[in-house]
Amino acid sequence: MTATMTRSEGRSEKRTGASVSVQGFFTRHSALMPTFAALAILLLLFAGAEAFLRGDFITPRNISALLLDNAYLLILAVGMTFVIVTGGIDLSVGSVMAFTGILGAKLLAEGMPVAIAIPVILAGGAVIGLIIGVLVQYFNVQPFIASLAGLFLARGLAFVVSLSSIKVEEPAILWLQSTRFSVGGWYITPTGIIALLAVAVAAFVMHLTRMGRTVYAIGGSESSARLMGLKVARTKVMVYVISGFCAGLAGLVLTAYSGAGYPRNGIGTELDAIAAVVIGGTLLTGGRGYVIGSMIGVFVYGTIKTIITFMGAEQSWMQIIVGALLLLFIVVQRAIVARSEGRG
Amino acid sequence: MNRIYKHRLFWPVLSLLVLIVVNTIARPQFIEITLQDGRLYGALIDILRNSAPLMLVALGMTIVIATRGIDLSVGAVMAVSGAVALTIIDRSGSPGAVGTVFVAVIVAILVSLVLGAWNGFLVSVLKIQPIIATLVLMLAGRGVALLITGGFITTVNSEPFAFIASGYVLLLPVAFFISIAAIAAVALVERRTALGVLTESVGINPEASRLAGVRSRGIIWGAYMVSGTLAGAAGVIYASNIKAADANAAGLFIELYAILAVVLGGTSLAGGKFSIAGTVIGVFIIQTLESTILFLGVPSAQSPVFFAVVVVVVVVAQSQRMRGAIARVGDAFRKQDAPERDDEKVEVAR
Repeated sequence: MTATMTRSEGRSEKRTGASVSVQGFFTRHSALMPTFAALAILLLLFAGAEAFLRGDFITPRNISALLLDNAYLLILAVGMTFVIVTGGIDLSVGSVMAFTGILGAKLLAEGMPVAIAIPVILAGGAVIGLIIGVLVQYFNVQPFIASLAGLFLARGLAFVVSLSSIKVEEPAILWLQSTRFSVGGWYITPTGIIALLAVAVAAFVMHLTRMGRTVYAIGGSESSARLMGLKVARTKVMVYVISGFCAGLAGLVLTAYSGAGYPRNGIGTELDAIAAVVIGGTLLTGGRGYVIGSMIGVFVYGTIKTIITFMGAEQSWMQIIVGALLLLFIVVQRAIVARSEGRG
Repeated sequence: MNRIYKHRLFWPVLSLLVLIVVNTIARPQFIEITLQDGRLYGALIDILRNSAPLMLVALGMTIVIATRGIDLSVGAVMAVSGAVALTIIDRSGSPGAVGTVFVAVIVAILVSLVLGAWNGFLVSVLKIQPIIATLVLMLAGRGVALLITGGFITTVNSEPFAFIASGYVLLLPVAFFISIAAIAAVALVERRTALGVLTESVGINPEASRLAGVRSRGIIWGAYMVSGTLAGAAGVIYASNIKAADANAAGLFIELYAILAVVLGGTSLAGGKFSIAGTVIGVFIIQTLESTILFLGVPSAQSPVFFAVVVVVVVVAQSQRMRGAIARVGDAFRKQDAPERDDEKVEVAR
């Protein structure tokens, strides 16, 4: 009863002024709110760092490096967004990234041509994703546990491939990292382009295809989606395959970035990816979120990291600040959800 | 026979027995226990001793999971607790004194209790999803631990502190007695009072139990405090075992193993009914498996593959059993696509 009252009041007020129309915009697009909040935080971080470091922070070199250093995390966050929007979670991505990275380095070291090695490692990531998806969909295993099995599997397999790091000599892989297309002081590497392409393709799939709409529908209400005749089972498996594939791609990018495969890479990276997605405004309950938001989340994460390095503070602060930021966003999201539920 | 087969602990106990038998056949010295200088030695004793930190963490996790929650921060809490204890001992004038160690352990566990209360506050008062609420501390906790130790691995040489993990009393390791005490305490409080039933009711249907007058907020909050406290004690044992506080390595992945132990013991992650005996057996299965893998000469870094296989086998077996009845009716495939509403709610809640 009170909910309907507030709503009709809001409607009558809407005609009264410009400030109210801004309010109206946010009411209608409440799902966008957290993403805007993330963008605001990102701009604030930039402005703060610029002021604090007396104009040394916003340089073309730093901003370009932000994309370069976080390309792998961006790709992971893109895949994770799909899973989280369906209401699931994928804990395996950090380990899958390590596994595909070391596998690629090993295959190349044994003389396999790049044209075969790259598809093999991408497929490797997708297969682990497929296993998780099948467990979730056809055996009713909770996503948390199924992807936990994926985490163990991939981490163990990474050590089966090699117990120590393997250097990559292959020029084609190193090209991905060393080439710099530069305009003025700005530059972008092929790895950065791959990451941005991943964002673009994912945003296209999420918003302009039938599959993307099904992903949102499942997150909103799985049973409704099923009753509407949407292909729930196929899509639910597919999001884990996409996440696994992205993890494979991230493995490739990370191997190019570091010039070597290392089985201990990416321990805990899945949590960074989840944190970035949440900071970017995707609701963990599913149904709401944007790939672009996850990109902003990754940049927020990356910027904090850069600022901490600039300030020469201890790296342990990084974990504390990311934790605190995550908490802030969750509380904001919680308030938004509570409000929209109140409105019915 | 049929009743034994249907008992909820049948599969966990069988798995543990199979593991022990396989190990014994592969190397008969596995079940050998020798008495030397008034202490028992042997692979089985090692399992009892080494399982203590995981046992404590898994017990707390059982209670949290029963309330439909999950606690990802236990590893980070272990790191903080170890860091606090060792820093106190290190800074004190007399690291070898029993009093110093006593104070250090008490303070470390109290700090862990506060961290658990923080998790409980986020979950029960702010109503944040448990997985995310505890993720905050999981991320930030290790940073805090690193700050406490100043970024170094603090090492101490303290006889009474080392005694916690490596000492012996009445032929058996002290760490084992700590496990037993924790199991007994949790079992008594949960099963000899109404608390266990209330916890289960909160886990099965929070709304209905609230309407029935169960103070679910306090019960959920308490569950996280218990989990934090036990994780703190586990952190002390871990630090005592290596005589150092390693903020990065302490309790790494232990949340995953603890959740695995709880699931192996037959407690559903969907919350509700829980089994303390099941968790105890689950912990022993994991520790025995770890020892088996080590014996096979597999580098310990590769052991996660085995755990992955175990997880998959267990969850698939559980789901098939769950659907056994449906399969008999037939149509298994069509029904697969239409799970009950109840299941779905749980998934969303996670």
